[in-house]
Amino acid sequence: MAEPRIIIVGAGPAGVRAAEALVAAGVRPVLLDEGQRDGGQIYRRQPEGFSRTPEQLYGTEAGRAIALHRSFERLKPQIDYRPRHLAWNVADGVVHTISEGKPGQFAYDALIIAAGATDRLLPVKGWQHAGVYSLGGAQIALKAQACAIGRKVVFLGTGPLLQLVALQYHKAGAEVVALLDTSPFPRQVMALPKLAARPGMLLKGLRIVGGLMASGMAIHRGVTPVEIHGEAEAGVTGVSVRLASGEIRRFDCDAVGLGYHLRPEAQLADLARCAFTFDARTRQFWPEIDADGRSSVPGIYLAGDGVRTQGADGAEISGALAACAALEDLGRSVPDAPRAALRAKARVMERFREGIAEAYPWPAGLAADLPDEAILCRCEGITVGELREAAKEKGADEVNRAKALTRVGMGRCQGRYCGHAGAEIVAAATGMPLEAVGRLRGQAPVKPLAIAAGEVQP
Amino acid sequence: MGSPGQARFLRLGETGRARIALVVDGETIEALEGDSLLVAILTARGRLRRSEFGPEARSGFCLMAACQDCWVWTADGHRLRACDTPARAGLSLVTEQPELSWPNRA
Repeated sequence: MAEPRIIIVGAGPAGVRAAEALVAAGVRPVLLDEGQRDGGQIYRRQPEGFSRTPEQLYGTEAGRAIALHRSFERLKPQIDYRPRHLAWNVADGVVHTISEGKPGQFAYDALIIAAGATDRLLPVKGWQHAGVYSLGGAQIALKAQACAIGRKVVFLGTGPLLQLVALQYHKAGAEVVALLDTSPFPRQVMALPKLAARPGMLLKGLRIVGGLMASGMAIHRGVTPVEIHGEAEAGVTGVSVRLASGEIRRFDCDAVGLGYHLRPEAQLADLARCAFTFDARTRQFWPEIDADGRSSVPGIYLAGDGVRTQGADGAEISGALAACAALEDLGRSVPDAPRAALRAKARVMERFREGIAEAYPWPAGLAADLPDEAILCRCEGITVGELREAAKEKGADEVNRAKALTRVGMGRCQGRYCGHAGAEIVAAATGMPLEAVGRLRGQAPVKPLAIAAGEVQP
Repeated sequence: MGSPGQARFLRLGETGRARIALVVDGETIEALEGDSLLVAILTARGRLRRSEFGPEARSGFCLMAACQDCWVWTADGHRLRACDTPARAGLSLVTEQPELSWPNRA
């Protein structure tokens, strides 16, 4: 049999470990990555000419980041690495790419999608103002560019990243005005048995909390976001929240990092026609996978945070498992013992993931309670009220129909940042369960392409 | 059109890099080699662009090439995503789209 054509999308922890497993089996995979350099988001490398140490950049994860980067350097001559390649469609066994305006096509026998995650966002009145960034964006400003997103920064939302980024900003010398977490503290205590599945990671988390307490920044848990204040020209001027005590308090600032944990970038899996399933714990649809990352479609494998938000360590394991599954399905023998060890680790990662999801829940009620005048789609300035009206008065009780009527999910970000909240709003307005209002279908191209590139498409 | 305002981003380190100059809306700004276009612009002014759909200034959002909030244009109308495009000496950019609606230009 000719060497199988295996394509990996994404050069983060999952993609690199998948490539490593394939190379070890004598296969030379194509590795497509949209980034300039390998590492993905979490182990993103700073540009040439920057001088901070890995410890400054990656903290307690410096060792793992260095290990991944070194593995990649070793692999590079043995793989067909294509940086700056956006995979924008998957159809009929072919991945369609664009790179600096030039289109490309890559046919595959097996496709491993490790596209990563983006921040999961929930709008708050005023989030369209200049100076509001996703938490991941706030972290990238610091990690990749040594900048703070403002002079006085508030972090608002929930999830592990909220606390990590707040502490990283403080340590780097930024002024963090407040950390405002929507999750009530008892939820984190209740999740401890699941979080204890990874004692080392739990300890790291506790150290982050300790570091935050020692930092002197204002920390409030169990808050309800009320409004991000701002002016059209100057951007953000403050944040108001209702504290757990019921008091409404305003924090003056010129920047906000906002986010509610992460969501998988599952558009390519969707375009490849993988089946999705509703996850009640996190209140979202995501692709179905078996224990090794096989999707419902033969030849399509899903790994990393692009399918389950387990974080970087889980991504490395799931990437290797997905590669083993692909090799096995292509008739190669896969040694049992190492794979059994990987599967055992994957189960631990999954238990910890569930614990994180329970400790920092997606606050669905906040979306349902947003005021009519709040902007839901920040791409095109579409309000919560417009979507509610479409759902209630025009019979748009399914999110794709609501999208057609209101354009919510049709703008620049293609629903990445408004889609989950929009579904909650439609469900609340119609009285239907969330799983019944559906999910925004992935569309090709997964990101807007220049029209000039379309002219040379077949 | 208001003034683009004071710098939005604050540099916390890595300031020993070589200085480069680029032009934004006809005004020369100084940046550092290795800056993204987004950082080059936002360490010099308060916004990247104006919203086409509302009154407010915009300054990017995700910084990871997902939201597309940070498009700027070269003088000849070529669209650039500021968060993942490196700043280069001598680049000349405009923050207002040269043509009408958003998807219509390269």
